[in-house]
Amino acid sequence: MLEKSRDEGAPVEGRPRELTIVQALREALQEEMLRDESVFVMGEDIHIGGSFLFTLGLLDRFGPDRVINTPISESGFVGLGIGAAIQGLRPVIDFQYGDFLFCALDQIVQQASKLRYMSGGQVKIPMVLQLPTGASGRGAQHANSVEGFFFHIPGIKLVTPASPYDAKGLLKSAIRDDNVVLFCVHKHLYGSKGRKLAQSSLSTGYVPEEDYTIPLGVADVKREGRDITVVANLLMLHRTMNVAAALAADGISVEVVDPRCLIPLDTDTIIQSVQKTGRLLIVEETHERGGWGAQVAAEVASKAIGYLDGPIRRLATPNVPIPFSPVLEASVIPDEPAIREAILELVRA
Amino acid sequence: MQSRKPNPPEARNLSSYPEDLLAEMYRRMALIRTFELSVNDLFLRGLMPGTIHLSHGQEATTVGACLALQPQDFITLTHRGHGQALAKGVSPASLMAELFGKVTGCCQGKGGSLHIGDVSVGAFPAIAIVGASSPIAAGMAFAFKRRRMGQIVCNFFGEGTANKGDWHEAMNLAAVWTLPVVFLCENNLYGVSTHMSEVMLNDYVAERAEGYRMPGVTVYGNDPIEVYEVVLNAATRAREGEGPTLVECLTYRRGGHKRDDPATYRPKDEVEAWLAQDPVPAFRKRLLADGRFNEGGLVKIENGVQQGVDQAVEFAQTSPEPPPELALEHVYA
Repeated sequence: MLEKSRDEGAPVEGRPRELTIVQALREALQEEMLRDESVFVMGEDIHIGGSFLFTLGLLDRFGPDRVINTPISESGFVGLGIGAAIQGLRPVIDFQYGDFLFCALDQIVQQASKLRYMSGGQVKIPMVLQLPTGASGRGAQHANSVEGFFFHIPGIKLVTPASPYDAKGLLKSAIRDDNVVLFCVHKHLYGSKGRKLAQSSLSTGYVPEEDYTIPLGVADVKREGRDITVVANLLMLHRTMNVAAALAADGISVEVVDPRCLIPLDTDTIIQSVQKTGRLLIVEETHERGGWGAQVAAEVASKAIGYLDGPIRRLATPNVPIPFSPVLEASVIPDEPAIREAILELVRA
Repeated sequence: MQSRKPNPPEARNLSSYPEDLLAEMYRRMALIRTFELSVNDLFLRGLMPGTIHLSHGQEATTVGACLALQPQDFITLTHRGHGQALAKGVSPASLMAELFGKVTGCCQGKGGSLHIGDVSVGAFPAIAIVGASSPIAAGMAFAFKRRRMGQIVCNFFGEGTANKGDWHEAMNLAAVWTLPVVFLCENNLYGVSTHMSEVMLNDYVAERAEGYRMPGVTVYGNDPIEVYEVVLNAATRAREGEGPTLVECLTYRRGGHKRDDPATYRPKDEVEAWLAQDPVPAFRKRLLADGRFNEGGLVKIENGVQQGVDQAVEFAQTSPEPPPELALEHVYA
């Protein structure tokens, strides 16, 4: 299902323009930088676009005072972003890989998430971290689903867009938000030149040129259906969309819910869907133990168990580091056959 | 382990300093001493919750540094932050109430001793993780520089911090981006029980400034005038766009790391030598010798300070507890 992304060319004249996620993100960032002088972006190698080309071309447009190359110093520049945000700026920090956020763990978990709280509300920290997440054939240290680790932390927001339209609207909301937002995008979803792009109906899509925002904490029903609810995000959403499309031909109607944000988590939309379908499967790339899917399962079980016609099922990555071998990597991450099989089991039970 | 004795420089003549500056210097030092001894007493009597890290003995460093700053400048505080807060102008009543966890505290009782601060006077609520405040201080300075607000940041830390990665990353970022920061080391020789010489080969923390092409100055930290002069230079330098300075103030805790620590790990001769150089009475003596101050005037300052601390304790003890629902507030803006 993976193939090299298309070249990042101009939209075809006369057709609604279709963007990749990275193009949508870049557009959102540029619009916000034009709208608000306090917004700036920093990160490693961002003068050449950063690891996923999020900032490609921004240096020419905004100059080195607002597009800032940092040393390889994650804890230092995350802490610096916190301080700058406290004093009125709106930093956007581009991470080469979300995996490197662990180098700045104290700054996120002990500082950014708590300084407002501990001070009795004296400060606010409007800061966005752009974090490529998930496995992409690079071995265990570049394969963390970082959203899973930070789902436990009060005081931060956690956004996981998976379509170009959502990416633009959610990033603009994140930049305007007065809190620390971890903005996680799967490495196979950016569509950056030279990178693999997972193929599904959501890989590219229409993105309005005008300003729009999508509120943080509102899930989106990506496909309506009657027989089963599948909650999935990031790369797993794309795989689920492919499976759902294929199953439709077999007469199985799958409703696909994309939480879009993990913090805040819109459980209402999920529960409404389960009330309609009576069945629930949750698909996540995070490790199975303590993954966000467990929280969704618990919420549904405690609030809507009477609507369920069968057990809640979860598909997640087993509790092992991600291996390098492409064969092994594929074997641990939920794939389309596994999603299909789980749906069929639940529907036929 | 090399014990290090105090080595006071020849005391400067005070005549060139304005009387009100000297009086305020003494008042703040006396306030910190009185406040800390009062806290110690309350804690030992079991009246105060939590844990506390007292700063008495280090008054000359915090007061000398903070009086060299402008009111709009910011400091970041450490876990041993009562003195830093008082030196920057946090009200003793709101500070004491915070130590009691009361809703009238400077952080509404949600910070406690380890997280005191009041943004309105430029005292950023304390960060109790060693080293973590340095990048944040650099970030505040980054914003000040960008917004040309003419403000600077003074980042307080202890000598133990100089072995933390966050501190080194912040030193580098502040240097390479010419940020208006004064890195202010309160070198009291010990990280809890560990003597500096056990954990670093440098004799002085300020030596490490050179690695970042930053000026590094070591100063006798029990003399508020010495600290004031060095920090004033560093602050001016930062304000004028010349970047950060590392200032190391050599001082000593009069007590242990925290209240249940008798600090028996410190050699007796070292302790005696430093305790004999108590900064508060030493400065008092100099003021009396200056000629512009007399015993009655200083007693008046001391009585005012004692009265203020007594009122702070009364205020804190009679203040209401925070309502339970406050625990659920301030998570998000």
